[in-house]
Amino acid sequence: MEAVARKFKPKDFKSELKPIWCPGCGDYTVLNALTRALAELELPPEEVAVVSGIGCSSRIPAYTSVYGFHGVHGRALPVATGLKLARPELTVLVTGGDGDGFSIGGNHFLHACRRNVDITYIVMDNQVYGMTKGQASPTTAPDWEGSKLTPEGTGINPFQPLVVGLASGANFIARVSSSDPVNMAQIIVEAIRHPGFSLVQVLSPCVTFRPEQAEWRDIVRTAVVDFTGDAARAARRLMTDDGFNVGKVLYKGERPPFRPEHEPTDGSIAELEARFAL
Amino acid sequence: MTLQSVSLVIAGSGGAGVVTAGSLLLEAAANAGWYALMSRSSGPQIRGGEAAAMLRFATEPIMSHDDSYHLLMAIDWENITRFAAEIPLAADSLIVGDPAHGNAPAGLLSAKPRETGLPMSEIAGKIENGRPNMVALGAIAAMIGLPKEAMQTVVEKNLKRKGQGAIDASMEAFHAGVAAAADLPSIPKLPTASASAEERWSITGNEATGLGVIRGGVRFVAAYPITPATEILEWLAPSLAKVGGVLVQAEDELASINQIIGASYGGVPSMTATSGPGLSLMIESLGLAVAAEVPLVVVDVMRVGPSTGIATKSEQSDLNIAVYGLHGDAPHIVVAANSVSDCLFTTQWAVHLAEAMQTPALVLTDQALGQSRAVIPRPAELAFIGQRETAKTAVEGERYKRYAVTASGVSPMAIPGTPGLTHTADGLEHNEFGTPSSQSSDHQAQMEKRLRKITQFNYGDHWAEITDSDNGPGDIAIITWGSSTGPAREALQRFSDSGGRARLISVRLIAPVQPEKMAAALEGISRAMVVEQSHSGQFYRMLRAFYDLPKETLAMHQAGPLGFGPARILEQLNSWSA
Repeated sequence: MEAVARKFKPKDFKSELKPIWCPGCGDYTVLNALTRALAELELPPEEVAVVSGIGCSSRIPAYTSVYGFHGVHGRALPVATGLKLARPELTVLVTGGDGDGFSIGGNHFLHACRRNVDITYIVMDNQVYGMTKGQASPTTAPDWEGSKLTPEGTGINPFQPLVVGLASGANFIARVSSSDPVNMAQIIVEAIRHPGFSLVQVLSPCVTFRPEQAEWRDIVRTAVVDFTGDAARAARRLMTDDGFNVGKVLYKGERPPFRPEHEPTDGSIAELEARFAL
Repeated sequence: MTLQSVSLVIAGSGGAGVVTAGSLLLEAAANAGWYALMSRSSGPQIRGGEAAAMLRFATEPIMSHDDSYHLLMAIDWENITRFAAEIPLAADSLIVGDPAHGNAPAGLLSAKPRETGLPMSEIAGKIENGRPNMVALGAIAAMIGLPKEAMQTVVEKNLKRKGQGAIDASMEAFHAGVAAAADLPSIPKLPTASASAEERWSITGNEATGLGVIRGGVRFVAAYPITPATEILEWLAPSLAKVGGVLVQAEDELASINQIIGASYGGVPSMTATSGPGLSLMIESLGLAVAAEVPLVVVDVMRVGPSTGIATKSEQSDLNIAVYGLHGDAPHIVVAANSVSDCLFTTQWAVHLAEAMQTPALVLTDQALGQSRAVIPRPAELAFIGQRETAKTAVEGERYKRYAVTASGVSPMAIPGTPGLTHTADGLEHNEFGTPSSQSSDHQAQMEKRLRKITQFNYGDHWAEITDSDNGPGDIAIITWGSSTGPAREALQRFSDSGGRARLISVRLIAPVQPEKMAAALEGISRAMVVEQSHSGQFYRMLRAFYDLPKETLAMHQAGPLGFGPARILEQLNSWSA
């Protein structure tokens, strides 16, 4: 008997857990877009894994009905890397925030881009640490004075995740806005389909600690040009934009994903042992 | 019968080829039917630094180095005094130096050993492409009774790539060394070994560890290079590939541990290897593996700490971090290998334990075991294969409980890809479903199950290796662990040979502790000594905390890289039995 393709609806990818996010949080839309994308891809839930670290947005795995792993702060990318390399047939996604990914997990971000394992990384960037109640993150503007920890602002230029991602070797780069879940779902579908390491930055406002981000929905604009496969052009574009060009894929590379070679058969351990015998 | 053996050191500056010479000698000795142990010590330089190869040969298996060396063969004197403390010499020891490099430094002469000269560079200079280290090897072979043919085979095998010219030059230098040895004072010779039916291996502790990993069923390794653990990884990379496994070089130890967590969550038994500094970085995520119940193995090849310490030298000082380093109450397994060959047993066992209990198992070895090469009887086949209890099918109308509270504490684990059993594994405290929970009742229930699964497990007799003197245990015990076991074992044998009675308890299962088994092992024992290589006596303090020790218990602890040799332990045994 031929297997009948299973059809899925977005709600099939949601768990019964109610998110603990604040009302109005951009992350609700990301969860919706993610489940919509998985439904469109017709992926059986058991063949998908969502991995996260710590932070508001890192709560996503528990809100999905796929296999989830909620680890420690900053280490989602290595967990996902190990999982994908050990189980290449799974679709592996990573969700997290700007602090988790670019501060405590910064080194893994560089090397995940560089290694180019076939996983998709969705970063909900709200330029603030929400879970610890409002401190500056690596993407916070230097003059933001909203935190008691840095009352004069950080005085440090914000981290440019997409520029760094491109320079480090990410194979797919896009920026989307949480105000447009339909577009976001489409971009996530493309990101998952594209081989190698896909980086999707989501402008996802924190209504509690950065209420001014409510204006993002009016500031963002759909990028006027389509993606390029030319890294130099993509770099120029990313370095000159103001961070609010959204809704399109910005870069698609052709680099083959990292996949360690291993021999298909389970070879003999006796052969290994024979080398020690005198 | 007391081990009949000969011990020697080959020392020299970088480029003198002392480690190569030592390796050739060990292989030749193995060919001649002897058993052998070779450790190495080197200076801090990456290349070109002074080095020493310490070797011991016997016609029976060797557990330890001797208390002093019969021969120090110095190809030159470059920085040799840096090793003086590690190469104890006695009055009947013989120092052979090359007169071209002057006399032996005074730092080596405190025991007034015999001294003589062998013009290695001059002899080598008369041979086209002759090298002083091969002259030294010839002299050594003649002095210890190693048949020339054994060396011929080894040189032919090892220099094959370099061509017949190189083989001939080496053997000519070797034979010149043999001839020159006729004029040298004598050191003990070993009898030619009788042909033994027993199969023997030549293996390092780090290789044995790698083999244990593969035998146990590990097929994913992620790691970051660090001395002295790197050889495990270098051995595993091509070997894993041959059995369908994968090794990934990670960007740091935080990545290593988390990659193996990911792979093991995916159902593939996984491990990493590191040393103290790397273990420090992994500690937070080891707690994650405890909480999320992800089986994995972490090997720590201990070196002198704290901080960067002495990267190339051995110490048993990571016991505390291995047992107590994790924050929160985080029950996990810590095991320790007690010899080069036991690196294989203990690591394979660790894979089995981790998989069976779905928790991290730390394996402690050290530089002295990892970087020593030994000729050993072929290790036994072991039945330990990692077997994880998995959940395979969904029960209609029931939501899968990843962290189900069970009698054994082990909850069947659903592997990604299994329909109907999706869940989120979590480092947050959770309920049975894996749903994050901050309720005290959930915390209590999960803590108890995580503890229960490792305390109720049947570890059998493997928790320790217990050896009695030939006439029974008597009332004295030596309690030790890891690489301190070798010297203790030899001390026990010597004590036994002179009619003494004592028991050796080498603890392999460091955590969880086994108070009942230890109590049984200490029955009838009235005095004990605890032997270890740590400045603060970490093992002694742990024993004091968890075990009832005899009233008269002596702590013998010392910082690495020095340790207690057999003679020092024997001295204590003798003083108690007098």
